[in-house]
Amino acid sequence: MQETAPEPTLPSSSFNIGNIAIWTAVALILAVIGWGLLNSQATRPEVGHTPPNFDMAFFPTYGLDNQTQTSLADLQGKVVVINFWASWCAECKVEANELETTWQKYQDQGVVFVGIAYADVESKSIDYLHEFNVTYPNAPDLGGRISHDYKITGVPETFFIGKDGKVAKVQIGPIDEATLHTTLDQLLQE
Amino acid sequence: MKATLTFRWLFYGFALSLLLAGVVLPVHAQRAISDDEVNAIAKDLFCPVCESTPLDVCPTQACADWRELIRTQLAEGKSRQEIIDYFANQYGDRVLAEPPRHGFALLLWLFPGIAVLAGGTLFVRFLRQTIRTESVSPPVAPSHQPLPEPSDDYLAQIEQELSQR
Repeated sequence: MQETAPEPTLPSSSFNIGNIAIWTAVALILAVIGWGLLNSQATRPEVGHTPPNFDMAFFPTYGLDNQTQTSLADLQGKVVVINFWASWCAECKVEANELETTWQKYQDQGVVFVGIAYADVESKSIDYLHEFNVTYPNAPDLGGRISHDYKITGVPETFFIGKDGKVAKVQIGPIDEATLHTTLDQLLQE
Repeated sequence: MKATLTFRWLFYGFALSLLLAGVVLPVHAQRAISDDEVNAIAKDLFCPVCESTPLDVCPTQACADWRELIRTQLAEGKSRQEIIDYFANQYGDRVLAEPPRHGFALLLWLFPGIAVLAGGTLFVRFLRQTIRTESVSPPVAPSHQPLPEPSDDYLAQIEQELSQR
């Protein structure tokens, strides 16, 4: 009796639906992990580095030179002070008068102050600006994009940008008038 | 005479409309919004200051302000979705308890389905491969092998020894 040889089986194609599903799942897992790692490892702009550019849509009557909106890139060549604050923040009230006084002193010397209201209700922000007689440009952090890019860990935080467009100093917590003056004098001389 | 009567009825109708508008509209605009109504929306938002704390239970001033904002918007007649959208637009998607169903966050919604699909596919392939291996593999020798038959000489020797006892 002659034995029948088993039929040769063709190797299955590596492009079947199963393989596609598996590789798609692997790619998705890697994408999600990568995204999480990128977000967790990103740090705030460091001294000497170029800070992220951002657009600002100012609160009514709190614009810059009658502009209702601008971007950080438009302020290149000036010393820029970016102050993150909120009306619900008790420590922000400590520095509010000192920021305004310093702005009054330096606004004609090529210095621009920009207040960014973080996670604040707009009507409360406006009340706060009136309460502390703030006159320098202020804008809400729309969509939380600016605070996200600058990786702030709370308010208040203040970033000093030099004429070269790079971060010169980062102040975590309230800032006093002496530090403001010293830093601005130094940056204006560079 | 008839024209005067018609005019009079028109006047009464107009006066009644004014009265209703004066009473009903302010009542609607000033409807008291309960804490439960506010918290029903606040529970789907996260505090901007604390890590992963729902807005309805957060004790910070920032959250109190946000809850008041929800109350104001409810009083203005805004729907739940309009308020959620406002917060996402104003403060970013990260304040939403549920990730948005667009952009990169859509992956988070698709991921479980794709993981189940991929896992199911892997399981089916494993089953198929196991069945195929069993059907084409050569017959396995039985583990219980019969002992070899004792030789005639050996049997004769045993019988002889038994008879001597």
